Amino acid sequence: MMTFFRYLGAGTRQGFTKLGRSSFFLIDVILGVGSVFVRPRLLLSQLYAVGVLSFLIIAISGLFVGMVLGLQGFYILSRFGAEETLGVMVAASSVRELGPVVSALLFAGRAGSALTAEIGLMKATDQLSSMEMMAIDPIKRIISPRFLAGFIAMPLLAAVFSAVGIMGGEIVGSGLLGVDVGAYWSQMKANLDFQGDIINGVIKSIVFGFVVSWIALFEGYDAIPTAEGVSRATTRTVVNSAFSILGMDFILTALMFGEH
Amino acid sequence: MRNLTFSRGDRKIFDNVSLELERGKITAIMGPSGTGKTTLLKLIGGQLFPEQGTVIVNERNVHSLKRNELYNLRKRMGMLFQSGALLTDMNVFDNVAYPIREHTTLPESMIRSLVLIKLQAVGLRGARRLMPNELSGGMARRVALARAIALDPMMIMYDEPFTGQDPISMGALVHLIKALNTTLGLTSIIVSHDVHETSAIADYIYVLSDGKVVGQGTPAQIQQSSSDWVQQFMNGRPDGPVHFHYPAKDYMDDLLFTENLPLMRQRIKRATVRSNRYTL
Repeated sequence: MMTFFRYLGAGTRQGFTKLGRSSFFLIDVILGVGSVFVRPRLLLSQLYAVGVLSFLIIAISGLFVGMVLGLQGFYILSRFGAEETLGVMVAASSVRELGPVVSALLFAGRAGSALTAEIGLMKATDQLSSMEMMAIDPIKRIISPRFLAGFIAMPLLAAVFSAVGIMGGEIVGSGLLGVDVGAYWSQMKANLDFQGDIINGVIKSIVFGFVVSWIALFEGYDAIPTAEGVSRATTRTVVNSAFSILGMDFILTALMFGEH
Repeated sequence: MRNLTFSRGDRKIFDNVSLELERGKITAIMGPSGTGKTTLLKLIGGQLFPEQGTVIVNERNVHSLKRNELYNLRKRMGMLFQSGALLTDMNVFDNVAYPIREHTTLPESMIRSLVLIKLQAVGLRGARRLMPNELSGGMARRVALARAIALDPMMIMYDEPFTGQDPISMGALVHLIKALNTTLGLTSIIVSHDVHETSAIADYIYVLSDGKVVGQGTPAQIQQSSSDWVQQFMNGRPDGPVHFHYPAKDYMDDLLFTENLPLMRQRIKRATVRSNRYTL
C-alpha cells in the first residue's frame, strides 16, 4: 500500500516537473520566434517539411472522410426527407470538428513524430550541444522555426481538410446519391455561420497546431539521447498529442458552442 | 578550475577536483571510460553547472556569467565532439562556414576564403561538397576540427579525438592537434584514454579516476609515477588497483544460486545419492 502511494507521488512529481520544464522550454521557444523573421529561409524550409509534405495525406484523408460523411448523412437525412440539407451537415461537421481534429491527429502522426525524431537524433549526435558550444542558440535556430512552421501550417492543413471533405461529400451526395447540387451548396451557404462555425474551427486548429508543435519539439528536446530514448519520445509525442487534441477539443467545443 | 564537485544521480562524478590549465599548452586529461571526462568539458563550456567550485576561463568564472557573456566566451572556445557532431543537413563547406555566418557579417567571398583556409589546414579542401554522411569517421572529425577553429578561438577542447580511428587518421590527428597548437598559439585540452598518442603531444597530463586526480605531471613524470593506479592505466594492465571484475559476490556461490543455499545443498546431496545408486 505504501509503495503504491510512493509510486503515485513520484509519478505526480515527475509529471509536474516535466510540465514545468516544458513550460520554460515553451517560453524560450516563443522568445526565439522573433529571430526567425531575420532568417526567413529557415522558416520556409520547415514550412515545406511540416506543411507541404503533410498536404497529401491530409487531402486524401479529407476526401474519404467527406465521402463517408456524405454517405452516412444521406442515409439518415433521407429518412426524414431532408437530403437537401446534406451540404450543411457535411460542412458543419467538417469545419467544426473533423477538419481541425482529424487533421491535427494526422499532423501529429506525420509531422509531429518526424519533428521529435529529428530533434532527438540531433541531440543524440551532439549536434545541439555543438551548436551551443559554437555560441549559437539551438532553440532559436532549430526549435523556433519548426514551432512557427507547425503553428502556421496546422490551420491551413485543417482548412484543406475541410474543403476537400466538403467536396468529397458533394461527390458522393450529388454524384452518386442524387442530391441536388444547387441545394447542397445553397443550404450550406445559408446555414453555416462564418463567426460561429468557420472562425471557431480555425481557432481550434490554431490551438491544436500550437499544442502539437509544442509537444513534438519538447519531447525531442527532452529525449534521452539514445536510440531507445528517441523511439520512446516519438511514441510519447503521438500519444500525448492525441490525448491533448481530443481533450482540448472537448473543452473548446464546450466553450464555443456551449450556450446553444 | 577549483574544488569542483559534480554528481549525477547519487554518483559523485567529480569530488573536489582542482586542475590548472596553462595558456598556450596542450593539457591532457586522462582516465578510464566513465570517469566523466566529457562532463568535465561540458562544465568548462558552461553547458553543465557544478554543485560546488568554480571554473575560471580567461579570468572569468564561467558559471556566473550572464547568458550573452557566456555566449561571447564560447565564441572564443572551440570544441571537438567525439562524434564530430556535424550538422547533417549541410555539406562540409557550409558546416565550416556556419559559425562564421552566424557570428559575423563578412561578405560571402571572404567567408569562402576563410573556410577554404580552414579546410586546407585539415587537408579536406577537396571534400567541401560532400555531405556529412559521405565522410569517414576520421574525415568527419577533421571537418569538425576545421569548424572548431573557424572563429580562431583561444582555446580548443578535444573530446576523445583518437577513439575509433585507424592508425593513419590517428597519426594525422595527432599531427594536426600539435600543429594547430603551435601555429595558432591555442590552449588545448585533450580528454582521452589513448595513452600513447596523448603522451606524445601533451605538455602536461592529469589522470583522473573515481572523481579524483590520481596523478599529474609531464608525460615523462607520469611514466615514472610511483602510483600503482597510474602504472596500471598507462601500461594497460588488465588487473591491478582497478579490478578486471565488476564488484560481485562469490563466483561459486553465484553459480549455485546462494539465495537458497540449504535447499541447493540438499538437492546436490540427493543428486549424488541418486547417481551413486545408478553406478552401483
